[in-house]
Amino acid sequence: MPEAPDLSKVRLHVVTGKGGTGKTTVAAALALALTRQGKRVLLAEVEDRQGISQTFDVPPLGHTETRILHDRSGGQLWAISVDAKDSLREYLQKFYKVGKAMTVLDRFGAVDFATTIAPGVRDVLLIGKVYEAAGRRSGKGPAAPTYDAVVLDAPPTGRVVRFLNVNAEVADVAKVGPIRSQADSITRMLRSHTTAVHVVTLLEEMPVQETVDALAELRRTDLPLGAIVVNQLRDPLLTDKALSSVRRSRNARLANGVAADLATVGVKVTDGLVAGLLADAGHHADRIALEREQDAILAEEGRLTVRLPLLAEGTEGGGITVLAQALTEQGMV
Amino acid sequence: MPPRTRSAKAASSSPSTARPGAPGLDLAALLTDPGTRIVVCCGAGGVGKTTTAAALGLWAAEHGRRVVVLTIDPARRLAQSLGLTELDNTPRPVAGGGGGTGGSDGSLDAMMLDMKRTFDEVVEQHATPEKAAQILANPFYQAVSSSFAGTQEYMAMEKLGQLRAEAGRSGRWDLIVVDTPPSRSALDFLDAPKRLGSFLDGRFIRLLSAPAKAGGRAGFKVFSVGVNVVTSTLSRVLGGQLLQDVQTFVAALDTMFGGFRERADQTYALLKAPETAFVVVAAPERDALREASFFAGRLDEEGMPLAGLVVNRIQRVAAPSLTAARALAAAEQLADAETRSTTAATTQGLLRLHAALAETADRQERLAARFTAGHPGIPVVEVPASAQDIHDLAGLREVAAALTTPTPT
Repeated sequence: MPEAPDLSKVRLHVVTGKGGTGKTTVAAALALALTRQGKRVLLAEVEDRQGISQTFDVPPLGHTETRILHDRSGGQLWAISVDAKDSLREYLQKFYKVGKAMTVLDRFGAVDFATTIAPGVRDVLLIGKVYEAAGRRSGKGPAAPTYDAVVLDAPPTGRVVRFLNVNAEVADVAKVGPIRSQADSITRMLRSHTTAVHVVTLLEEMPVQETVDALAELRRTDLPLGAIVVNQLRDPLLTDKALSSVRRSRNARLANGVAADLATVGVKVTDGLVAGLLADAGHHADRIALEREQDAILAEEGRLTVRLPLLAEGTEGGGITVLAQALTEQGMV
Repeated sequence: MPPRTRSAKAASSSPSTARPGAPGLDLAALLTDPGTRIVVCCGAGGVGKTTTAAALGLWAAEHGRRVVVLTIDPARRLAQSLGLTELDNTPRPVAGGGGGTGGSDGSLDAMMLDMKRTFDEVVEQHATPEKAAQILANPFYQAVSSSFAGTQEYMAMEKLGQLRAEAGRSGRWDLIVVDTPPSRSALDFLDAPKRLGSFLDGRFIRLLSAPAKAGGRAGFKVFSVGVNVVTSTLSRVLGGQLLQDVQTFVAALDTMFGGFRERADQTYALLKAPETAFVVVAAPERDALREASFFAGRLDEEGMPLAGLVVNRIQRVAAPSLTAARALAAAEQLADAETRSTTAATTQGLLRLHAALAETADRQERLAARFTAGHPGIPVVEVPASAQDIHDLAGLREVAAALTTPTPT
């Protein structure tokens, strides 16, 4: 019986996955699904890849929160590409009122030091900005949060735990001090029930292995797990019976039957055509068998598992909407 | 400077090309050319860089080269197939991977990068034993050497430099195939070493190590107010202890100043050398090809020798004469037929599957064509999608066979 995490209370959705599994697409679809529920949503990326602007086909994003979509439900989708230097400037201004010192700091290479070299500090700055946006309150009454939900397109599985586990990272170098206390507050939020870390995977060996490893690592660091999102699933085009018959190496009777069927609908039948169709189906059947093995491995994790179809045309032309709908229908939001 | 394409000569002698406008990438010619000493595989995450590097290394070894493959973060089962069960930062022979055909003396070694150990070795090599011990024990050094986001890139390039030096000295290898780290961006491994090198050698770290001295020097006089702002702000934000660790680290590192930037520069020069070839790996998807496109542009800018693009896991159809549209129409007709044979359902499934595969193949072809249109001179080779994941030498040989066969039209 899979645990059903109560994702309705979640305000910060962290989306990770192995490179190439489509985590940016899934993060975008999740943000869109929330927006369509009438929510005010912030979608954030932290690796300056411009994945969000490309997915939604809007001009490149910067460190300024920008509204990229207004839904009929009243929902709004905002987006940001979080920049470490700008976060540092804001941080210095907010806590020390020394935003102007940035110019001097920059000239001495101290900004580079803090944003790229000092271990952990970059991550604290990036996630600190997301933390600030998630907790920000403004507008209608003092208690109303600025955003109903924040979706973070996080670093890939190989780096995500280190990224989220800012506390441990910073503890190595700063046992006390303001960076440390900032890291402590971030960690409190990340480990609370208002955060969920979702892992995107394909039904292939390497991504599934990384997913299993990442889930174990997330559990060890007390980070709250969300859903497993299986991306790019192909429609089942062949029945199980057909799959097993095409996997048998030489099946003359099937080949003859297929040739006869094709002839009845006017397809010009050659030996190469039938053999080709059966060969591709054989590879497809091997792939399906492999996918089922991988599916079984994921099932052992006992998490809510959401399945998204392979979009033949990619995310262009409304593909994101299809995925957003699938996420809603399957109870992820 | 025009882009240097290593295999241009080989490509022009090969009649089969990937598609109009794109010369075929002849990796067989590249790998058997004794002038090729370093092959760097790069590209976005998840496109099959490590597999490509391993397959190229295996093929070259079986064609007489003495190869070492430097992998950064291989999938577990691929690592096992290369005999990389322990991460000991030392090249080991790959069982079953050596021994060339036709009496040649090829061999295959492989290693997995241990970035911390590589960093430690650099320190041990260039500092006095006493200083080295001090550095290795410093908390700031320990953090930088094991977790800094650019350390892996820096150390991969450091290791490449070491392997190249050893190859030159001992002749143990005549070809190094290197995989690049799974970075934020594929360009990180070009930038991170410079960044770390210039930081470790730079003004800022000297300032930290001896603020009074730096402030007193003529060049710094104007900044003496700035110096105070910098150190006081940093100590407020980062905490005094971190700053102290950094200062101790830098003081201990004093003997090594100059070394880091110099080494980064040497590696850069190595990457630009004519003996080096870059192979950009991409999946036939929009994002991966875009990343490949950025990379090609960047290599060109840097004057680094790009051999070509590998488009990995491309969909092929075994019955290309039947179009997707015709297959779908035939499937519909079969579904509507009044009399149905026992195989009709299966035939429909085969037709729909064929249509789906053919559409995917078309879309991938369009994406690859778009890349070619943007980079007309870059040779391309396509590797068909495999039904199974690759995790043994037999699988690598299959990938290698596809890599070294110029794509037919």
